[in-house]
Amino acid sequence: MAVFARPRQAFVIAGVLGLALSAAACGTGNDKGSSSNADSAECAAYDKYKGHDGKKVSIYSSIRDIEADRLDQSWEQFEECTGIDIDHEGSGEFEAQLPVRVDGGNAPDLAFIPQPGLLKRFADAGKLKPVGADTKAMAEQNYSPDWLKYSTVNGTLYGAPLGSNVKSFVWYSPKMFKEKGWTVPTTWDDLIKLSDTIAASGIKPWCAGIESGDATGWPATDWIEDVLLRTAGPEVYDQWTTHGIPFNDPKVAEALDRAGSILKNEKYVNGGFGGVKSLATTSFQEAGVPITTGKCALHRQASFYANQWPEGTKVGEDGDVFAFYFPAIDPAKGKPVLGGGEFVAAFNDRPEVQAVQTYLASGEYANSRAKIGDWVSANKQLDLANVANPIDKLSVQILQDQSTVFRFDGSDLMPAAVGAGTFWKGMVDWVNGKDTASVLQGIESSWK
Amino acid sequence: MTTTTPTVPTGTQRTGATPTRVGRVRRRLNSPVASLVSIVIAVVWTVPTFGLFVSSFRPEDEIKTTGWWTFFTNPQFTLENYQEVLFGRSASSGQLASYFINSLAITIPSVLFPLAFAALAAYALAWMNFRGRDWVYIAIFALQIVPLQMALVPLLRFFSAGVTVAGVQVLPAWDLVDEQKFAQVWFAHTCFALPLAVFLLHNFISQLPGDLMEAARVDGASHPKIFRTIVLPLITPALAAFGIFQFLWVWNDLLVALIFAGGNDETAPLTVRLAEMAGTRGNEWQRLTAGAFVSIVVPLIVFLSLQRYFVRGLLAGSVKG
Repeated sequence: MAVFARPRQAFVIAGVLGLALSAAACGTGNDKGSSSNADSAECAAYDKYKGHDGKKVSIYSSIRDIEADRLDQSWEQFEECTGIDIDHEGSGEFEAQLPVRVDGGNAPDLAFIPQPGLLKRFADAGKLKPVGADTKAMAEQNYSPDWLKYSTVNGTLYGAPLGSNVKSFVWYSPKMFKEKGWTVPTTWDDLIKLSDTIAASGIKPWCAGIESGDATGWPATDWIEDVLLRTAGPEVYDQWTTHGIPFNDPKVAEALDRAGSILKNEKYVNGGFGGVKSLATTSFQEAGVPITTGKCALHRQASFYANQWPEGTKVGEDGDVFAFYFPAIDPAKGKPVLGGGEFVAAFNDRPEVQAVQTYLASGEYANSRAKIGDWVSANKQLDLANVANPIDKLSVQILQDQSTVFRFDGSDLMPAAVGAGTFWKGMVDWVNGKDTASVLQGIESSWK
Repeated sequence: MTTTTPTVPTGTQRTGATPTRVGRVRRRLNSPVASLVSIVIAVVWTVPTFGLFVSSFRPEDEIKTTGWWTFFTNPQFTLENYQEVLFGRSASSGQLASYFINSLAITIPSVLFPLAFAALAAYALAWMNFRGRDWVYIAIFALQIVPLQMALVPLLRFFSAGVTVAGVQVLPAWDLVDEQKFAQVWFAHTCFALPLAVFLLHNFISQLPGDLMEAARVDGASHPKIFRTIVLPLITPALAAFGIFQFLWVWNDLLVALIFAGGNDETAPLTVRLAEMAGTRGNEWQRLTAGAFVSIVVPLIVFLSLQRYFVRGLLAGSVKG
């Protein structure tokens, strides 16, 4: 019903016309020329996905807007060569809508699920199809077991990862650091020392904001997870996210207090916005912006924050803003990295769906998507040369680094009632002045 | 609104009493204090909308860094937001112009179907005598308390899997694709609107004077004839009032459209598009200012041009009889 010609439709028409014309040309001339672009050299890489011409695969995800455009662009060549029509739909209500659609018998063929907890729920309910042999081989070849374990339920793999993001970043202004003679800290102690130096110069060093509509509180959960990974280590972190230890374990309380030594410190926050209480009312999209005006120096937020800077802000090591790795407390224990990503899970096992699922796990896809820009993946085949954006490059380097200890965002692993419910709300209370013990106790009692 | 009491025994007394009561209310509402209060309320209610309106003409950077009131000290005017949400060609900008058509394609049938069905049903329930009539009416009345959220999944299953009773397929699946999904939305909106529509119209139709119907029947008119020539012209204000209600509800609806129409550009209405326009992480929210006003235009026109009926229809139901 769309009035304007959709690019895909135009593309298909152009493709059909081109096919017909070239076929006609070949018919009259010599028989050497290829009759369609499906046989051309650049399509050779897609040979193993062929045989599903004219089939349609629907994908549902939470990716929309310009990133959705880029997705469409990233599999354009695949569609052209294999004849599979990929129909992507992104929605802001993805997490709420997907269960409704699945229960209503209207499930998409593939879904990009960013929460392993949600994926597990569908797998347990028997709604998801296990990956086919090809997809499994491709996923195991391209992704580390660290990643695959998040889409494995009871020993069965349900999907390969797609995009990823690195959350252990502190954004800063290289320009400001240079002017003031500050250096990028590489240990936790340096970070605190730097914060004190900045605070002494009259600027509140940190800015943060946890308002995010009905998801208010999530930026603070990332803070806690990142700090816990550093104070208690990955093993305790795993126990915590699977409820092997209670939510209010003393180690978690320690991490919370450690994060509080920055987040609830009136001397440190909230640069450009006011006191500690302004954390709860500052939207996460705007929380880091004071860095560009020199009212704040440090902002801990994921790699995807690169898209939030005001237009004209240059992101890069020599630009207006850049990020450094949120330092470890004990570097001897490796580099703990908190991150997130989405998994390609299938609700349907038609051959063309499996072909698309396999393709999305492949190195060709990762590179094709990375070339378009603003994308990070833990795919081992991803060539760093294809990643243009400096912050993405840094993310890929961190993800591919051997000493990296990667852990998935904990609130996405927990049951939604906790990870996307009481944990968020608890963090809002905590920022607003409630004490650590009663906040943790409240979240623990909600985890049944 | 009026203070008419049901205990007034005869018509003469009533016509004598009403003007003074109404007059008293009117006099009180005309006092300067009352005017002041109503002006304050109107201003308080309008300021946020006005702020949004002003914002929609400001450049992106300004919207994101300063409040709309700075427009008056530092006016910077641009139509870029509207240009972007209305005519942007990539999926990343608005394309609202094409979703506009989808919204109309969803809304108009979703208003006409329930109106037609409800008028017929209300007439039957009010003026045709059949066994169990009151029970049917009570059942319909009771259906109003079922929240539509409860019906979403069953209705989706009805469309995607059909109806199976004890292993026997009674109704087939609809199997709709692309534009055909409009039918699902019409169906859903009609279902959800009928209980209230039947209830409202029944109250209205049952209060028409019975002498009219009797006279028509004596003259040999059948039910269809009575409905068409007598009832329909008389209930126009009620139809218009409910039509506006339903139009505004369907136009502003996000939930039903999201579930039954999906988010594809073939069928998604304005509201679905608006909800996604801010981008994956909400960083393009300046577009919402202009988007909101684009989506307001049609309901505003409908409301302003039909508000005469709106008020008349609502009042007519309450004071008649």
